[in-house]
Amino acid sequence: MSVVELKNVTKTFARGNTIALQGIDLAIEAGEFVSLIGPSGCGKSTLLRTIGDLIQPTSGTIVVNGKPAQQARRDRDYGIVFQDPVLYDWRTVAKNIALPLEMLGWDRTRRAKRVQEMTELVELTGFEGHHPYQLSGGMQQRVSIARALSFSPALLLMDEPFGALDEMTRERLNTELLQIWQETGSTIVFVTHSIAEAVFLSTRVVVMSARPGRIAELIEVDLKQPRTQETREDPRYFELVTAVREALARGGADKITEEALVAGDET
Amino acid sequence: MTRRVTNQLPALVVFALGLVAWEWVFSPLAGKFLLPKPSAIATAFWHNRQLLSDAGWFTFKEALGGFVFGSAGGIVVAIVLARWRKVGEAVMPYAIAVNAIPIIAFAPITNAWFGPLNPHSKWAIAGILCFFPVLVNTLRGLTSVRPESIELMSSYAASQFEVFRRVRIPSALPFIFTGLKVGTVLAMIGAIVGDYFGGSTRALGVQIENSISLFDFPFGWAAIVVASAFGIVFYLAVGAAERLSVRGVPSTGD
Repeated sequence: MSVVELKNVTKTFARGNTIALQGIDLAIEAGEFVSLIGPSGCGKSTLLRTIGDLIQPTSGTIVVNGKPAQQARRDRDYGIVFQDPVLYDWRTVAKNIALPLEMLGWDRTRRAKRVQEMTELVELTGFEGHHPYQLSGGMQQRVSIARALSFSPALLLMDEPFGALDEMTRERLNTELLQIWQETGSTIVFVTHSIAEAVFLSTRVVVMSARPGRIAELIEVDLKQPRTQETREDPRYFELVTAVREALARGGADKITEEALVAGDET
Repeated sequence: MTRRVTNQLPALVVFALGLVAWEWVFSPLAGKFLLPKPSAIATAFWHNRQLLSDAGWFTFKEALGGFVFGSAGGIVVAIVLARWRKVGEAVMPYAIAVNAIPIIAFAPITNAWFGPLNPHSKWAIAGILCFFPVLVNTLRGLTSVRPESIELMSSYAASQFEVFRRVRIPSALPFIFTGLKVGTVLAMIGAIVGDYFGGSTRALGVQIENSISLFDFPFGWAAIVVASAFGIVFYLAVGAAERLSVRGVPSTGD
């Protein structure tokens, strides 16, 4: 069964009459790691938010875990990670991770136990009592990932989670994320604008084109699991990076017009 | 501790030099009526310490009453305006306009409404003075939450009530305290100016007014010092409450 199924999804924004998404058909199977990549304004973040029912499509249907996206959101079927960690300054690391658990009504002991498991998973043991401002950007994003995974959602939505981090931190977190993905067996939909990151992480890359936002190509990433630093030196890795780059070029990544820039980035 | 003293040493030196210059340079130049010497003010305070501290406490209670009602009103109205945006958009231009009015000019009117001897007349002017800065700051705090914070709460299917309780109000706290700190100063001003237009002889403003009419300037100055002392303690108390309740944000100092 598909975890996510989009049928003919279209989204237009009234403001500026922008067509953010047009005729998106996509099915994501359980356990997949799917990256959405494309130029600015291709609607990849909008697409992610429609899956999460944070933005409603103008037309088309979205099914998540076999139910309408809105019901899936109400049932808290997914966790989400943004580019900004969105941690609450007034909460400690432990309490930030426990936020969704509080809202689900878990009792204190059960929360504490899960927080301990999560801090181990993202290697933040010992930092439970710290406040977000005391952590580096990479550590903050690990807290954000722990929070998203704390209630064991089957689906994890990630919107350029490592976009604001330096290259070394990003590569380390890429590897950690793959370990978490394999340990938890969750399905991940990952928005990025880094070709290398998309190929390294994914089982499938969705290449999008802009104005209107469409799916240009789907590229299967057949690199062997588990992926390690050696994967980045595999000749097949370079072939796939080239394939994604060419797909982006064909899809019109170089056609980002002045109009697109004036109309503003995707929200 | 030693370092804190060392850090504050330059400020203390300036304070001491200021007092010395006042005592032996400015006061003799201006004449003791227009600018009494610090020593004369200190003497006047000492002889009237019971009267002045009672009067200060009386006026502080007037200010505090207004502060409590004005601030609470400001916070509640801000929450309503943040929850129902359309109402907020309709009302806010007027709130900002009213905020620009020198509201202190209404002091004689609140005296007329409630009667000058009724403390509610001072509560009213102090309260109205506090209301708008608390409202404007609180509303800014409640509405300047990052969109992702709200999206995160939506992803947990949070109700509006939960969004306020868990995100909007905690992230507005530093803004609310900014408004409250402005409010402490305004409440003291409101109470004292309210006294000027008539009030109990036990009130500090009335004491200042009367002593100046009688050319007892050292007493008047001593009363002003007492008013300042109450104002500063009020401000610091709210600052201390802020440090206790706003956690996890690196302190910026005042």
